[in-house]
Amino acid sequence: MAVDVPQPIVTRRFGLHESWTLRTYLDNGGYDGLRKALAMSRDDLVENVKTASLLGRGGAGFPAGQKWSMLRKAEPVYLVVNGDESEPATFKDHQLMVTDPHQVVEGALICAFAVGAAQAFIFVRGEFALGLERMTQAVNEAYEYGAIGRDIFGSGWSIDLVVHPGAGAYICGEETALLESLEGKRGFPRIKPPYFPAAIGLYGAPTVVNNVETVSNLPWITLNSGDAFAAMGEGRSTGTRIFSLSGRVNRPGNYEVEMAKTTFRDLFYDERFGNGIRDGRELKAFIPGGASAPWFGADKVDMPLDQDEVGKAGSMLGSGSIVAMDDTTCMVRAAWRITRFFHHESCGQCTPCREGAGWVDKVMYRIEQGAGREEDLDLLLDVCDNIAPGLSWPPQQTTICVLGPSIPSSIVSAIRMFRDEFLVHIKEGACPFT
Amino acid sequence: MPRLSAQMVERARDMIALYPHARSALIPLLHLAQEQDGWVTPEAMEHIAELLDLTPAEVRGTATFYDMLFLEPTGKYLVSICTNIACLLNGAYELLEHAEEKLGVKAGATTPDGNFTIEEVECIALCGSAPCLAVNWRFFGNVSNDGFDHLVDELAAGRLEGDVPPHGTLCRVRRAVGLVGGAPHDAVVEPVQEHTPVEEQH
Repeated sequence: MAVDVPQPIVTRRFGLHESWTLRTYLDNGGYDGLRKALAMSRDDLVENVKTASLLGRGGAGFPAGQKWSMLRKAEPVYLVVNGDESEPATFKDHQLMVTDPHQVVEGALICAFAVGAAQAFIFVRGEFALGLERMTQAVNEAYEYGAIGRDIFGSGWSIDLVVHPGAGAYICGEETALLESLEGKRGFPRIKPPYFPAAIGLYGAPTVVNNVETVSNLPWITLNSGDAFAAMGEGRSTGTRIFSLSGRVNRPGNYEVEMAKTTFRDLFYDERFGNGIRDGRELKAFIPGGASAPWFGADKVDMPLDQDEVGKAGSMLGSGSIVAMDDTTCMVRAAWRITRFFHHESCGQCTPCREGAGWVDKVMYRIEQGAGREEDLDLLLDVCDNIAPGLSWPPQQTTICVLGPSIPSSIVSAIRMFRDEFLVHIKEGACPFT
Repeated sequence: MPRLSAQMVERARDMIALYPHARSALIPLLHLAQEQDGWVTPEAMEHIAELLDLTPAEVRGTATFYDMLFLEPTGKYLVSICTNIACLLNGAYELLEHAEEKLGVKAGATTPDGNFTIEEVECIALCGSAPCLAVNWRFFGNVSNDGFDHLVDELAAGRLEGDVPPHGTLCRVRRAVGLVGGAPHDAVVEPVQEHTPVEEQH
């Protein structure tokens, strides 16, 4: 349990006095990355991020440099930073925007310069009132300082950056739904192809959509080189990453650790992180990457936080949120609550998701309430199979976006791993945990 | 019911000017309407439609999609209690039950004095401090039953008005500058000639 904790990158200003102000930011290396970027060629900037192997921190884990290279050759190009963080148990972008908003602004500007964007938007989840204030204040200060606007730092390059509020819809974290919402419409994901906004994005123009944590890494990567970032971690899982740790641990919180070199066990038990399971209880299972991810049993606790390793084991690191469940946790209840979330958040466009989510929510709830039937377990798996045929990972898709195929994750995990718990609910006609 | 005030219209016009296409300002403007009246009134939606050259139905079509926008009145304080997975594992339903008892109304309802509306919400991204809640989108973490009672009493006594401003997630957001960097307005997007489908992202 003696995992090395490298110098943090994106959280290094957390805890500084008034960390969200321009003054603190400038006293701690702020906007040096942008100054360096403006003196580099766009190709070199993109190459540097490719060398870093910076995987997107929003959920899909797509390499950022590659995303930038796929832009359709047309004008204008837009940049949209995705700060609509809504995946249950993920709370890193929220903290990044509230605590170090200038880092998000600087990262956005570096990305905007690298891809030749005509205008940049930071889409902030509407519920984050303080985040909206801090981000807007940072943008105001950055204009005044000369980091945004006309002829930035005398480079001849100009751009505007707009902080845009959402209004409460999980689906707007999906990048094409986010663009619809930014266009003033309902947050309906767009039909694919085109698969990427790089081809057809905001107002039909080629668009880069990057997550808040992803762009927050850019000032450091630009200053210290992609090689320095890639020297941390292993394989494609390079650098550091924030993991949002929650649930039944003693010290929940956001922890920035080295990718691939740190294990789930480190996060749960190391005194610098989770510091063990509450009340000395036993870890029963955990969610390795947000509510959309299939669960792991306690036997997987020594797996490294490596995107490809976790993928091969049948789940995903996703949005970097890890939820610990212990032997006091009712797995039926946990899975039902996640199911209800998807039911509530389904946008309603695709039948398998809209109808399927409602039915599995109802069936899960009646089991949890003690009114279930033994054949409900097969029924649940059957409905899940209609949403994501084969119940495999990564899931097959019958819907426009990946919300639908995320519905079976918790249900199938819970039934496969804790079938006995379901049967006790059914036989006793009550939840044994209450 | 009022339309948007002159002051709100001024803020609205500043917001519209930030986007290449006016309709992008629709959601920010709906937040302004809610800030003014505590909910989004039909009159405000008509007014917004005029400002953006949309139909009232288009405005309503967008407004009805989003959880934060209320098309009927809510209490002075909107108490949003998270019960999603991280909070569930830390007693969120017990907190919700306690809140309903304390305020004497069920989730989704408003107290008779119009002071408090309770709602059960999905994850609000404060999971390191579960169970958590928000009042008019100001966040409170590690909320115990006693902590909840104290919070409600302070709010009712008007002692938290600095920490918990009225409705409107943008009520303290003020952008200082318009567009100065030459952003494209009414950008004409070139028609797509062709595109090669790329491998689907998972």
